[in-house]
Amino acid sequence: MDLLTLLDYLIRGLSLGSIYAIIALGYTMVYGIAKMLNFAHGDVIMVGGYICFFTMSGLSSTFAEGSMAAAVVPALAGVVLSMVVCTVLGVVIEGLAYKPLRQAPSLAVLITAIGVSYFLQNAALLLWSSSPKYFSPIVGSGQLKVGPLTISHVTLVTIVACVIIMLALTSFTGRTKMGKAMRAVSEDKGAAQLMGINVNRTISMTFAIGSALAAIAGVLLCSAYPTLTPTTGSMPGIKAFTAAVFGGIGSIPGALLGGLLLGVIEIFAGAYISTQLSTAVVFGVLIIVLLVKPAGLLGKTVREKV
Amino acid sequence: MKKLLSLALALAMTMSLAACGGGSSSSASQSGAASSAGASSSGTSTATGAAFKLGGTGPLTGGASIYGIAAQRGAQIAVEEINALGGDIQFELRYEDDVHDAEKAVNAYNALKEWGMQISLGSVTSTPGISTSALNYADSIFALTPSASAPDVIEGKDNVYQMCFSDPNQGLASAQYISEQNLAEKVFIIWKNDDVYSTGIKDKFVAEAETLGLNVVGDATFTTDTQTDFTVQLTQAKQAGADLLFLPMYYDAASLILSQADAMGYDPKIFGVDGMDGILTVEGFDISLAEGVMLLTPFNADAEDEATKAFVTKYQEKYNEVPNQFAADAYDCVYALKLALETAGCTPDMSAADLNTKLKEVFPTINFTGLTGDGAGITWDATGAVSKSPKGMIIENGAYVGMD
Repeated sequence: MDLLTLLDYLIRGLSLGSIYAIIALGYTMVYGIAKMLNFAHGDVIMVGGYICFFTMSGLSSTFAEGSMAAAVVPALAGVVLSMVVCTVLGVVIEGLAYKPLRQAPSLAVLITAIGVSYFLQNAALLLWSSSPKYFSPIVGSGQLKVGPLTISHVTLVTIVACVIIMLALTSFTGRTKMGKAMRAVSEDKGAAQLMGINVNRTISMTFAIGSALAAIAGVLLCSAYPTLTPTTGSMPGIKAFTAAVFGGIGSIPGALLGGLLLGVIEIFAGAYISTQLSTAVVFGVLIIVLLVKPAGLLGKTVREKV
Repeated sequence: MKKLLSLALALAMTMSLAACGGGSSSSASQSGAASSAGASSSGTSTATGAAFKLGGTGPLTGGASIYGIAAQRGAQIAVEEINALGGDIQFELRYEDDVHDAEKAVNAYNALKEWGMQISLGSVTSTPGISTSALNYADSIFALTPSASAPDVIEGKDNVYQMCFSDPNQGLASAQYISEQNLAEKVFIIWKNDDVYSTGIKDKFVAEAETLGLNVVGDATFTTDTQTDFTVQLTQAKQAGADLLFLPMYYDAASLILSQADAMGYDPKIFGVDGMDGILTVEGFDISLAEGVMLLTPFNADAEDEATKAFVTKYQEKYNEVPNQFAADAYDCVYALKLALETAGCTPDMSAADLNTKLKEVFPTINFTGLTGDGAGITWDATGAVSKSPKGMIIENGAYVGMD
């Protein structure tokens, strides 16, 4: 295997990993603040993909072929609309399914989340049927040539989007009032409430942000891997959850690191070990990491007081 | 908290496993459920004497529903046509939903038995088919499945027949076709190793390629979990210098492979199997990517013969879409049963067990001409396996064209 192929695989891995990372950011935020695993996250991604698909195919005929507007407007409208729809969907799910269970044992919330996940999948089956839709990438199928390497625009956009989102989230939670409230809630829900923070509103806000991220992840996922079905989100969702645990669940940089590593390991394991074993290798690495660092790569070890 | 997390991880694993079993393929392996629930009371059929009660199970909802719905519609058209003729043979058709699930298929089968099913159309997909075919055998209800192609569906059951090619036969025919037509110097296979359909075809293909001296330079796999990125597999194929990719899989994965190969600037010949049928119907798919794709399929909706044209027109009028091979196989099933019933001189007042005995005798002797298969007709051997010649198709200008 030569260096060029290695670099090519690395870029592939980073591209796949960036998508995992964006999804993992959503998992990690919700977990960090609401202390719940939102298994429906992957299916919100799928909804985001469908909304973008229908917006783009609906608008594509209204503009002249090849014009600037035809390239930009449908894609932009698709992204924005899917973010809006997913944000609303996320908040509605939170309000209807999770808020009434705020005081219930976390196991009950977990099972509810799985229920919501299946509900979304089956609703999508009913609305959009099981036949796959083919998603055309939001930034066209162009490629960038860097020396002997070719990098598709989608890959570039994915990696850049991932970094921007990570930076924005870090400064949001570090600087803004809402962000500080989120961190306070994640530290100690009871104490935060006593300090006058509206915990319910903070959690709803977290879901809104997480779902907007899911919409972006959905659009990028479908741009890179264009077959769209009602179960499109479930497997990447589970992998991204793994990535979040890998990096240290609750930690924003951890989600990024976990996602990228997971993507790169998956591609490398397939390329250099065996395509049959790639998933086994990914999970093998996860087990080793968790044995050595049970809180994940960047997770904080919280000692539980007895 | 840590406990909860590990529980959640375990759940995540289970869900990913469940996702494998439920999803896209019509042939994921899952036996075992077969013997558990069946074999209650046999021969409970209550014949009305007016029409043969024909029952089948298939995924009418869920991820595999495109296959089940197509088969149901194909069979429905055939039944309506036959009933409209007003001959001695009349059918009453009933399909039950099995959601492509082995256990639900048993419930669906039992519902059909309660209803008084005399002849069975088996199951549409293989996983449920393995369960229901065992029940067909135990209850002595004759079955002709349109599309459950796994060898386990018919193995050891003398009253279960297939209308579709079995998986190994597709591998065999593909290897022979590629070799005869001299299509490739170096063949690379990408197959789905958590799917019996794909594995069955690939194993036979490799074995046959060896006997024919076809040069298979390598293979790579994927699973339902890793069905997103194929660049690793494609890079391996490219580096092995393959000029033909053999893709024994369904069209959803194949469409991704086509677009990623195109993005890499890799343009090998592509050879698919009947699961590739449907690639042109994917909404939003750039069909120019499928240009030049070759596949072996028993049915071609663009064929020029009268029977196919009539069927396609009727199907389009009624359901507003082009029928796929599942619809055509189911349509053929009903007509093949009609032919067999006529040959054996059966009447609708006979019990399921008597019909079973008659049909078992007559089926290996008939020669049926239908939408699938070519002019030489379709025959069966006593194991229940079909013999018909596949049609080699190539996609040109966004449509199937016969290769010969």
